[in-house]
Amino acid sequence: MKIKIEKRLNTPRYLSLVVPVVSIFAALLIMFVILTIFFMGRIGSFQGAFSETVSAYKELITWPFFNQYGLYSTISKMVPLAFVALGLSFAYKMKIWNIGGEGQLYMGALAATWAALFVFRGITSPILLITLVAIFSAIAGALWALIPALMKAYAKTDEIVVTLMLNYVAIFWVDYLVYGPWRDPKGFGFPGTAAFPEPAMLPTFFDGNVHIGIFIAIAFAILLQYIDVKTQWGFNSRIVGDNKKAATYSGIKVKKYTIISLVVSGAIAGLGGGVQMMGMQHRLMHGFSPGYGYTAIIIAWLAKLNPIAVIFVSFLFGGLLVGNDQLQMFYKLPISLISIFQGLVLFCLLGGEAIAAYRLKIEKAEEVPANE
Amino acid sequence: MDDYPILEMKNIQKAFPGVLANDNISLEIRRGEVHALLGENGAGKTTLMNILFGIYHPDHGEILINGKKTFIHSPQDAINEKIGMVQQHFALVPSFTVAENVILGLKNFGFIIKTKQVEQQIKELGERYSLPVRPKARVWTLSVGERQRIEILKLLYTGANILILDEPTAVLTPQETRQLFSAIRKLVKEGSSVIFISHKLDEVLEISDRISVLRNGKNTGTLNREEVDRRTLVQRMVGRDVLMDQEKPKVEPGPVKIEVKDLTVKNDKGLTAVNNLSLEIHGGEILGIAGVAGNGQKELAEAIYGLRPIETGKIQMAGEDLHHRSIKKRIQSGLSFIPQDRKSIATCPNLSVMFNIFMKNTIPGLKKSSAWNIQIKQMHEKTRELIRNFSISTPSSKTRVRYLSGGNLQKVVLARELSSNPSVIIAEHPTRGLDIGAMEFVYQALLEEKKKGSAILLLAGELYEIFRLSDRVAVIYEGEVMGYTPPDPSYTEKIGFMMAGTREDSIHEN
Ligand SMILES: Nc1ncnc2c1ncn2[C@@H]1O[C@H](COP(=O)(O)OP(=O)(O)OP(=O)(O)O)[C@@H](O)[C@H]1O
Ligand SMILES: [Mg+2]
Repeated sequence: MKIKIEKRLNTPRYLSLVVPVVSIFAALLIMFVILTIFFMGRIGSFQGAFSETVSAYKELITWPFFNQYGLYSTISKMVPLAFVALGLSFAYKMKIWNIGGEGQLYMGALAATWAALFVFRGITSPILLITLVAIFSAIAGALWALIPALMKAYAKTDEIVVTLMLNYVAIFWVDYLVYGPWRDPKGFGFPGTAAFPEPAMLPTFFDGNVHIGIFIAIAFAILLQYIDVKTQWGFNSRIVGDNKKAATYSGIKVKKYTIISLVVSGAIAGLGGGVQMMGMQHRLMHGFSPGYGYTAIIIAWLAKLNPIAVIFVSFLFGGLLVGNDQLQMFYKLPISLISIFQGLVLFCLLGGEAIAAYRLKIEKAEEVPANE
Repeated sequence: MDDYPILEMKNIQKAFPGVLANDNISLEIRRGEVHALLGENGAGKTTLMNILFGIYHPDHGEILINGKKTFIHSPQDAINEKIGMVQQHFALVPSFTVAENVILGLKNFGFIIKTKQVEQQIKELGERYSLPVRPKARVWTLSVGERQRIEILKLLYTGANILILDEPTAVLTPQETRQLFSAIRKLVKEGSSVIFISHKLDEVLEISDRISVLRNGKNTGTLNREEVDRRTLVQRMVGRDVLMDQEKPKVEPGPVKIEVKDLTVKNDKGLTAVNNLSLEIHGGEILGIAGVAGNGQKELAEAIYGLRPIETGKIQMAGEDLHHRSIKKRIQSGLSFIPQDRKSIATCPNLSVMFNIFMKNTIPGLKKSSAWNIQIKQMHEKTRELIRNFSISTPSSKTRVRYLSGGNLQKVVLARELSSNPSVIIAEHPTRGLDIGAMEFVYQALLEEKKKGSAILLLAGELYEIFRLSDRVAVIYEGEVMGYTPPDPSYTEKIGFMMAGTREDSIHEN
């Protein structure tokens, strides 16, 4: 008998579900070993370390997904992730690699703060104010994406590099504002602005534990899914994504599609920043995002760019972040271990995808020629 | 040719989702023979050869080389067994030189690449088999014919003695075909074997020693050249006679539909490709352009369609200047284009047949469809209808077109371009790669469009096709029209002179 590895011609559908599940399990397993070793160093005995790891794992899974308050946090955490991932998927469909979600999120948050605290100060109608702030944040995200879009369309600049660089510019800009001109004088020197006025805060439910941002995200997912499957835009964007020359030949203006997809992508990520300000943070702060924009890249990719799937994957990743916070707080795990865990998840997912592209083929013994 | 089989394929079976591409095929190749593989589009020729070359693995069956059972897992294995293949759609790296392309993919080359030496060897190989190439030239500057010569030299360079040529002549000019054939003859004389795939029966009858005809994935049998003629081959392939050379329908020419005036266009290298060219085509008329490939045909077609900027001159459709019209506007006003390069510009390989049919959004007959509410279901229905009408062999309308056979891919393009009620059609090699039945079908379809009043610009390599379809023939040389002739084989010699650059008027004087 002989076992042979060969590349699959096409990937069966069921694998798109099996691969992420198996990969996450693999990551959990490896992390289990790492944690046990870590706790052994702290506790001394293997027995103790093992049971400590088991209880940590319980916390990691039960709190974010099976506890009422943990679930609230999970839902709150997933909102910015979902927004950015929805935005990114929109561009990725056309093979335009926007990795500037983080920067667009920051710019959205910045514009929301500007609108809420300065531009529309006196407005007291919540509906009006929230709408205006949301529009400002979306426009800011869109403009931030317009820069790489124009550079790509007219100067053939690589969007990956430009969007990535603009992330740092956005973050530094926010830092400049919250450490400088926008710093709250009553904030005890804390790098953040004053709080948003009451009418600029999103309505909440579940006793104020969850804000309505989640519904906005879901509504956007449905809208984007509709655009994808039922509109000429969605249809044409697949053509642009598959073969730009064929798109040009078909009369599709590739430049226009490139610019619009990047700009809309930025607008949705920017809106995510605005919603995060109005719903969660209520003030612009230094480092308010623990890398949502980067996690969102993984989410978009895992969801295979399907907007509805993005919501579910964001929920999973939101839970993961909440579980990590929990471990950090109650088991005093260093942040670096948490990063290792996130890295492991990503690593296993990528590895899983790569392996799934192949299959094992078992050949019967009698087929092997004698001279081999 | 010896009777000794150098290669045997036995009971080869290969299924793809929805199709049995090879159904229990056995094939025997002898030393020193040219063995032709014939069959309709989608009959399984390329699949069988891909199995031999290690690109696909058979579900069942075995391969014997020199009587010894051999497993070919990859093209590398095939090369080690001295098997070489020129793909139906070959793939060279355009920015590399000829020599670099030959080296590329050779494993046993070590780290230091002796480019000079390779260049010399390629040059010698080329001279020996009369396949002239320039080893230092960058591939993107070469014509298709030259590119193919490189592909063949690449095989010879690896030492192959079983050469698989998958529709090599589809992209060649008649002169280049002659060149290729003399190289093939030299090769078999030296003991190599050549597997030759083509839809052109005359070529098959000319070059091959034995012929195997595939039909629906089965081998209908191997015949000696002496036993067959055109008609028996067609019957074996299609299962019936194909009517040919019917009368052209007489159509009263309508008003001028497209007019090109003093047009000058540059090619990719920045040189003038179309030079101050003028022509006009009436509704209900087919103008055939005859000329050696590379004399501005491609650039002319692309300029009219809007894919290539024009330097000077004017293009008018139904009296309106197209100069500032986008491609989209041109499509909407009824301009249809069948480009020769269907893989890279006319189709999206990873999208379904349906997407490729509706790529231009020009197929009429969808109800309640708008930009915000496209009717995917109806589009699939309509696609299935076209699949039937054009007899495209595909498992479904949802199959990605990269999985279609070469001829069926062309049919998808034709179905799209001819189903949109075009008023002007630019047809560049419309039957390239099609089997006889499909070819006849396309002729009928084009003549049908002509009857409906379309103006058709036909750019084809084969004079046969031009005579068969056109009402007038224009001969092009270095981007200029040398003169016009009626579409009749008796003008072949005159056309030949003009194709070589002699003007019509100066022929008269002599
Ligand atoms: N990778 C693939 N996946 C699925 N189906 C395939 C694949 N390759 C080929 N086929 C199908 O197998 C059948 C045979 O295809 P093949 O390319 O061998 O035909 P062919 O005889 O070379 O035709 P042509 O003359 O048009 O080139 C076709 O129906 C084609 O759609
Ligand atoms: Mg083929």
